[in-house]
Amino acid sequence: MTGPTTLFEKVWNEHVVREDAGAPAVLYVDLHLVHEVTSPQAFDGLRARGLRVRRPERTVATMDHSTPTLPRSLAVVDAQAEAQLAKLKANCAEFGVSLYDLDSADQGIVHVIGPELGLTQPGRTIVCGDSHTSTHGAFGALAFGIGTSEVEHVLATQCLLQGKAKTLEVRVDGRLSPGVGAKDIILALIAKIGTGGATGHVIEYCGTAIEALGMEERMTVCNMSIEAGARAGMIAPDEVTFEWLEGRRFAPKGDAWTAAVERWRTLRTDPGAKFDASVKLDASALAPMITYGTNPGMGIPVTGRVPTLESVDAGSDRAALAKALDYMGLAPGAAIAGQKVDVVFIGSCTNSRMGDLRAAAGLLRGRKVASGVRVLVVPGSKAIKRQAEAEGLDSVFKAAGAEWREAGCSMCIAMNGDQLSPGQYAVSTSNRNFEGRQGRGGRTLLASPLTAAAAAVAGKVVDPRTLMGGVS
Amino acid sequence: MKREAREAFTTLTSTFVVLPADNVDTDQIIPARFLKVTDKVGLGANVFADWRLGPDGTPNPDFPLNRPDAAGARILVAGANFGCGSSREHAPWALVGWGLRAIIAPSFADIFKQNAMKNGLLPVAVDAAAHARLLEARRADPRASVTVDLPAQTVTLGGKPLAGFAIDPFAKECLVHGVDELGYLLDRAADIDRYEAKHA
Ligand code: SF4
Repeated sequence: MTGPTTLFEKVWNEHVVREDAGAPAVLYVDLHLVHEVTSPQAFDGLRARGLRVRRPERTVATMDHSTPTLPRSLAVVDAQAEAQLAKLKANCAEFGVSLYDLDSADQGIVHVIGPELGLTQPGRTIVCGDSHTSTHGAFGALAFGIGTSEVEHVLATQCLLQGKAKTLEVRVDGRLSPGVGAKDIILALIAKIGTGGATGHVIEYCGTAIEALGMEERMTVCNMSIEAGARAGMIAPDEVTFEWLEGRRFAPKGDAWTAAVERWRTLRTDPGAKFDASVKLDASALAPMITYGTNPGMGIPVTGRVPTLESVDAGSDRAALAKALDYMGLAPGAAIAGQKVDVVFIGSCTNSRMGDLRAAAGLLRGRKVASGVRVLVVPGSKAIKRQAEAEGLDSVFKAAGAEWREAGCSMCIAMNGDQLSPGQYAVSTSNRNFEGRQGRGGRTLLASPLTAAAAAVAGKVVDPRTLMGGVS
Repeated sequence: MKREAREAFTTLTSTFVVLPADNVDTDQIIPARFLKVTDKVGLGANVFADWRLGPDGTPNPDFPLNRPDAAGARILVAGANFGCGSSREHAPWALVGWGLRAIIAPSFADIFKQNAMKNGLLPVAVDAAAHARLLEARRADPRASVTVDLPAQTVTLGGKPLAGFAIDPFAKECLVHGVDELGYLLDRAADIDRYEAKHA
């Protein structure tokens, strides 16, 4: 008889193919997602060894990172990106992998379309050559990013060699106040534990504030697990999960659906199961968050001040803060509200879903983007783009003076030509504020869609709660 | 079984470069605009591009990798949580392409660590005291030399023992014998068949 186990351990145990002393476990992968940037060398590796893709039907590819977000008739940013997209197409054709390419009605950011198509399901192991694969953990899947060598391993064997991670319980209780959302929870968590705070661990998010979140919001939380260094982030599936999944293209149907839901209900951490570490957060005490520095752990409430150098430990922390503030051009101790903004980016696998777009549009409706501010709204997938247009959100964005774009990663990673100029400030709903992430010399402030939309209207960082309730 | 031999890693003695910042992310190690390649070659020329080179491509003379005393160093001593962020394996490809074979730091991000070991780039985690002594030794003598002994799992500084380090025994085995993990996985085909049959 085994003792009480965590959600992570349940999914892990179910997928161990073999475990030998002195070697990592051979872990079976249920779903392998593939995109253009991290896969070409892996397919080359297969060819060099004369190998095939072991389970093409468990492998799904899309194009998202270097794809244009201007009308698709326009050219890809450069010949290299063009060649990379062509290579993915050729590889998928040669190895029998289904591809949602630019012509597909289902194309989009890999972490947006997996759930949308119902490929992401509770209890599955899901990998992708992409660190934000943690997003899929919102469904109670064990989902994590891998390198290109491992992409090759999974293509060839449908398995990975994995050491078992430790577990970190993140308990968020209490009620979020209006204007505060999932993005603020995760930014507050990373600010609390740091970018390396969860290294070596799989996070399980639990507590009443997590249970109260919808699926899109849960994805936002799990998405940024990697920014705390976590291997993965998971949330136990519940009625919210099942309702969201039911009827999606690749979700089980009929009796298979009933049986699946019954099985999925067992995917919960047993009472008394032990985590290696625990952290608590009080949702009711949270305010909208924003980052001021060059890693996602450098976050403060939008009502707060940039830390002073004296407020952090002398030594490497202080040196890091000084370096970050120098890059960001921000004064130690300054209020973050009022900071001028040049660009607002609403998109990325963190915040490009319907709820995100509705929140941003709700604030922008009847208002104008401040003069001199460029606003890019980039839906996460073509399906989201269609839905948003059906709801008239595109008209709201365009009437406000924002650009409404095609689906893709866009300015989150600035590979496709959508990027900041040196020195520009952006409030961005994406997940990384690393130096140069949105274009060389660009300065990124991470925030929620609501805070980003508020910055677009004000032309500076502002507490979105002061603009809520719409215009009269 | 189809195996691919890699360059084995046993001991490495070299001068070292210091990049003291904590949380150096993979976007710094290799900026995203260089990820449009479809092979692994040539990435060394772009390692730390935005720190190492000015916007016009001229080398920044203050960047540690550009200083004359960095020439020939095959070891990088870095800050905590080195390699955080993106899972891009282009990061170790670029570091190896530049000529590095080992990184010594207080800690590493998980995915980077895995990616590095798969490319013969050894991540060596040492405690704060040992890390501080390395920085001190480098300040005193830019030609200071370190030996990383993987079979013994030790780091030696100027001929004297400095620290031991932990490494997953399996990863060590693969590095020391130049064996790649895919060969090992392919040898488990019968187990994978059985698993799939059971879960079909
Ligand atoms: S949106 Fe950004 S973080 Fe997400 S997959 Fe694309 S590049 Fe990566």
